Amino acid sequence: MFKTNLIRILKTGFQNFWRNSWLSIATISVIFLTLSVITALVLLNVVSQSVVANLQNKVDISAYFHTQTPEDDILDLRKHLVDLPEVEAVNYISREDALESFREKHDDNEILMQSIAELNDNPLQASLNIKSHTASQYQGIVSFLEKDEYKSMVDKINYHQNKEVIERVSSLAANIGTGGIAASLILALMAIFVTFNTIRLTMYNWKDEISVMRLVGAGNWYIRGPFLVEGVIYGLLAALASLIISYPLLYLVSPKITSFLPEVDLLYFFEANIWQIIALLIIVGVALGCISSAIAIRRYLRA
Amino acid sequence: MIHFDSVSKIYNGNCAALEDINLRIKAKEFISLAGPSGAGKSTLLKLLICEEKPTQGKVFLDKQNLSLVKPKDLPAIRRKIGMVFQDFRLLANRTIYENVAFAMEVVGGTNDEIKQDVPQVLDVVGLADKAEYFPNHLSGGEKQRVAIARALIHRPSVILADEPTGNLDLLNTWDIVKLLLKINELGTTIILATHNREVINNLGRRVITLDKGKLIRDEEKGRYIL
Ligand SMILES: Nc1ncnc2c1ncn2[C@@H]1O[C@H](COP(=O)(O)OP(=O)(O)O)[C@@H](O)[C@H]1O
Ligand SMILES: [Mg+2]
Repeated sequence: MFKTNLIRILKTGFQNFWRNSWLSIATISVIFLTLSVITALVLLNVVSQSVVANLQNKVDISAYFHTQTPEDDILDLRKHLVDLPEVEAVNYISREDALESFREKHDDNEILMQSIAELNDNPLQASLNIKSHTASQYQGIVSFLEKDEYKSMVDKINYHQNKEVIERVSSLAANIGTGGIAASLILALMAIFVTFNTIRLTMYNWKDEISVMRLVGAGNWYIRGPFLVEGVIYGLLAALASLIISYPLLYLVSPKITSFLPEVDLLYFFEANIWQIIALLIIVGVALGCISSAIAIRRYLRA
Repeated sequence: MIHFDSVSKIYNGNCAALEDINLRIKAKEFISLAGPSGAGKSTLLKLLICEEKPTQGKVFLDKQNLSLVKPKDLPAIRRKIGMVFQDFRLLANRTIYENVAFAMEVVGGTNDEIKQDVPQVLDVVGLADKAEYFPNHLSGGEKQRVAIARALIHRPSVILADEPTGNLDLLNTWDIVKLLLKINELGTTIILATHNREVINNLGRRVITLDKGKLIRDEEKGRYIL
């Protein structure tokens, strides 16, 4: 009996789907749109995370020392820094090195060159350039440099400027994420609304049948079944459509993004996580379809 | 088998559609429910199929208090009751056979059961030769017989007929009444709600008369008196 019912419910569900093919297509399009935005959101998240991670790798700290600080003291401090577990590398740039690179950088600027030459002393400071393993460890290194014993030699630490860039990128990524989530929620609501109305229309076509079903004592699940099936079909087809469209699209677009941001390979991410992506799309699509039909059926089933 | 215990029904705060109805109906009786339109006949039948709940009092069907029935048990109750209406309520895009089969399909009858039972009931109502017709090609009396066939398909213990002859001419009216009598003889309780004086006076069965929601008369071998 269960099998007979299941076959009949599936059959009626497919009938509903075919009889209103234009409405079905419209409904699938809206769910498809929602799923595409969600996919785009996931991929955007991958991009922004890679960019942030990459930026964090490029960050370092430079500590500048007062010009009268003896070189030995600085090299001594360097040894201590290298011993710190969070420090990956420390580069010493002497005052002469600094002047050298300053000259190289500005050799087309005559005024600047002249004024440097007019000074009898090298105005540039020696510095230590420090890289840590991860960005969060910089705070610890900064506090190490701010200890009393080094206070007298350290003039300034330029960590804070870079931190700002990182924070700006991170918050930009977070904003894009929030915006994307809001957009997908709005689209999801729209999808529910459209699916709800479509299913209500197919239900309207079935209203005589439904009233007879109730009259002769059909179970509520038997009445609900075909419309839930209809909703599930919408969700599945929309998920399928967004997979079919996003893969070739990524195939074209991903290399361009990679050439622009070498650390980002969306196609690889997509392929590596294909099952999770398929599962996400199907779950969200089917859930949208089911929720909408469940709401639409409710009023037909009261009493 | 059916018991109305001090039942009143008031639709959303207005005047009472039924007032303090006390009534017992035994299995296999043939009851005529008489009364002018608006008397509360349909309301009384709706209480039996749980389409409405009594405002006060209790309705029992086979000792089961219908006020306590949960929504999920409604289908089971409705399968015990066959219901026939003035407007037939057939599905226009299905043949006679399919209309009756539909009632079995939706409650999980197997294809074999359907093949076996549908011709049988169509035979009982005398429509075996018109199984492949669509409702629009039948007369009113024939449509009503299809509706009765559909009501019979679950072998209900009671059939509720709400003005089943309201849309029919005299000849067809008698056709339907005779069919109901025949079904009653085969062992099914019948409650026939009608305001047709002729029908009631010629039946010579128990008549329960309602007027303005009150039960004003209940007689064996009664007549339509108002
Ligand atoms: N769903 C409803 N809502 C409000 N009033 C109703 C409803 N159904 C019936 N009534 C009222 O209840 C009374 C009895 O109606 P009904 O049972 O249909 O009478 P009958 O079938 O004898 O003609 C009438 O006054 C009618 O207007
Ligand atoms: Mg009525």
